[in-house]
Amino acid sequence: MTVRGTIVGIDSPEALEKALRAAYYLADEGLATAAYLSLALGKPLLLEGAPGVGKTEAAKAIAAVLGRRLIRLQCYEGIDSSAALYEWNYPRQMLAIRQAGEESIDIYGETFLIERPMLAVLRAPDSAVLLIDEIDRADQEFEAFLLEFLSDFQISIPERGTVRAAERPVVVLTSNRTRDLHEALRRRCVYHWIDYPTAEREARIVMMRASSVAEQTARAVVAAVGKLRREPLSKAPGIAEAVDWAEAATVLHRGGARWPDAFKRSIGVALKDEEDLHFIAPRLDALIAEAAA
Amino acid sequence: MSEELQLPRAARVFVAFVALLRANGFSVAPEQTTAFLAAIELLGPRSLEHIRQAGLATLAPPPERRATYDRLFDIHFRGSEAIERAEGDDEETVRLQEEGRGEDEPPLSDEANESGLTATRAEALVERRFAHLAETDALRRLSREASARLPRRRGHRRMRARRGPFADLRRTLRDSLRNDGEVLRLGRLRRRARPRKLLLLIDVSGSMKARTEENMKLAHALLQAVQNAEVFTFGTRLTRATRPLRLKRREQALTAAAHLVSDWDGGTRIGDALQAFLAVPRFGSYARGAAVVIISDGLERGDVSALRDAVAKLSRRAWRLSWLTPLATAPGFRPQTEALIAIQRYVDDLVDGGSSATVVSHLLSFGRRRAA
Repeated sequence: MTVRGTIVGIDSPEALEKALRAAYYLADEGLATAAYLSLALGKPLLLEGAPGVGKTEAAKAIAAVLGRRLIRLQCYEGIDSSAALYEWNYPRQMLAIRQAGEESIDIYGETFLIERPMLAVLRAPDSAVLLIDEIDRADQEFEAFLLEFLSDFQISIPERGTVRAAERPVVVLTSNRTRDLHEALRRRCVYHWIDYPTAEREARIVMMRASSVAEQTARAVVAAVGKLRREPLSKAPGIAEAVDWAEAATVLHRGGARWPDAFKRSIGVALKDEEDLHFIAPRLDALIAEAAA
Repeated sequence: MSEELQLPRAARVFVAFVALLRANGFSVAPEQTTAFLAAIELLGPRSLEHIRQAGLATLAPPPERRATYDRLFDIHFRGSEAIERAEGDDEETVRLQEEGRGEDEPPLSDEANESGLTATRAEALVERRFAHLAETDALRRLSREASARLPRRRGHRRMRARRGPFADLRRTLRDSLRNDGEVLRLGRLRRRARPRKLLLLIDVSGSMKARTEENMKLAHALLQAVQNAEVFTFGTRLTRATRPLRLKRREQALTAAAHLVSDWDGGTRIGDALQAFLAVPRFGSYARGAAVVIISDGLERGDVSALRDAVAKLSRRAWRLSWLTPLATAPGFRPQTEALIAIQRYVDDLVDGGSSATVVSHLLSFGRRRAA
C-alpha cells in the first residue's frame, strides 16, 4: 500500500479537522479520521448517512481545504458513460468533415472530445476533487463500472487509447443508503457513516453557517429539530433545514414578529411535507415552548 | 523461500481483531486488513480511540451493526468481560411499540374475527421452522416468466432501433465516414425498457398463519428471479427480509429469514407497520415508483385511521398498489372488514391472494400493461 506523505501540511486527523473548520465545516472525530485516511492512503472516501446530514458539504469542504475545484457527478438511474466519462461532439465532427473537403482531418482530436466529470478528474488529478453524489441512485451496472474506475483510475477511449491518471485523484462518494451498495465498492473505499450531530455541535454548525443568528436562537432551533427527528415523520429535518429554520426565524423576528411566534411561523422551512405538518400541529406549541425555554 | 513470512508481533493483535470480526459475521476483505494496518501506522496510534476510528473507516462495518462492532472492539482491546449476545441487524427491524403515534389504542378484544383465527396482540415471538415442501408449479412459473412478464418502465439508456424519437449521431457519423462524410441515413435510438422496482410486504401475523410459509417461498422465488425487488414482513414488527432471502438455496434462505423475523404468528397492526415503513427514509424510498404488493387479510387490530393514512401515502408513492387478500376468493368480492373498506379507494387492485398461483398470476399480469 502506498502511503502518501503529507498533504498540504496536514499530517493528522486533528490538523484536517482544523482546516475543515476554516472552510466552514465542522467535522466530528470519526469523519476527520476517515477523510484523513482516505487522503493519506489514496483511497476514495465513501460517506453514507440520512439526507441532509452534510455529506455533499463535506466533499465541498475537502475540496476547499485542498485548494482544488470540485467536479460533481450527480448520479441517477440509467446514468451512462456519455454522461459520466466523455462524449464526442458529433455535430462538430460532421461539420469538420464537410469543411475539410479533400484534405485529411483527424476527427478524433482533442477539439472534438467533450470531457465529462470522470475524464476531467483523470486529466487533472492534482487540481480537482471528484464528487460522485448519491451513488445509490445509479443502477448496479454503473456501480460495477465505477468499481473498475476506482481501482485503476483509467479510462479507455477506443478511438484514442487509454487515459491514465498521473496520480491517484481524490474521490468522494456519497450515498443516502436507499439501497445496499455492493460489498466490493465498500471495500475499495474508506467508509464513514455520518450521523446527526450532537445538539452542542449542531448549534455551532448553525451559528457558523448562518452568522446573523443569535446563539439563543440556534440552541432553540437545534432543540426543536432534535425533538422532531424523534417523531415518525416521513422526512426528518436535516442540518440544512435547521440552518434555514434559524435564519427564517431570525428574519421574521427582525421584521417585527414576536419571538416564539416567529419561531413557530417559520416551521415551513424545516418540515416540508403537508402530512408531517398536520401530524405535528397539535403538539407544535408545546414543542416550541419547550425548545425555546 | 524457505522461511515463512511472519507478521510483526505488534501487528498480530490487529489481525486477530479482524479475524474476530469475521467470526462474528462481518465481511472483511484482505485489502481492508492491509488498509487497517496502514491506517494504524499512519495515525500513530496515540490512543485506543484512534484504532477504533481507523477500524470504522477501513473495515467499514455496516452502520446497523456498529454497536456489535464496538462491543467486539471493547472485548478484544479493552478486555471487557461484558459479553452480551450480539443483537442481529437491528436497524433492519423496527419495533412498532416504539414507533406508535402515541395515540390511545382501541381496547383489547378477544372475539374471533372473520377468518376464525384470533389476531392476538401479545407478541408471540416464536421462531418458526419451515417445513420443506415440494416446489409448487406456481413458483416455477414465476421464475420462468419473471423477466418477461414483471412490470417494466422506460429507462434512461437508449438503444438502436429502426425507428425512434432520438437521432443516433454516433452511428450516423460512423456510417457517413464510409461515404466521404455524406449522411445517407439517420440512425435512430429509442429508450430501453427496464424492470420496475417491486416491493412486497407480507403479513406474517397469526391470522395469516396458513399462508405465511407459502408467501415466504414465493418471496424467495421472486428475489431469485429479479434484481430490484425488496421484501418486508410485518406483524407486530416490521422486518426487512430481503437480505436473508437473497441466499440462493431456499432452505437456507428460509431458515435465515425465520431467525431474523421474530414476530411470526403474533398480532397484527398493519397501520402501524406501514407507518413505520414510511418513517424510515431508506425504506420509504423503496416504494417510490415501484409496484407495491401487500399480502395481508387486512384484519386490523390497531387504529383504522392510521392504516388508511399509511395506505393513502403509499399509493401516492407507488406506481401501482395491489392488496392481495386470501378473503377475496370470489370475483365479485366486496370487502366486509372496516379496514379493507377504509383502504379500498386507495388501492389499485384488491384481488385474491389465497394461493401462490393467484399471487403469481397477479404479479405476472403487470407486464401486459404498457410501461408508463
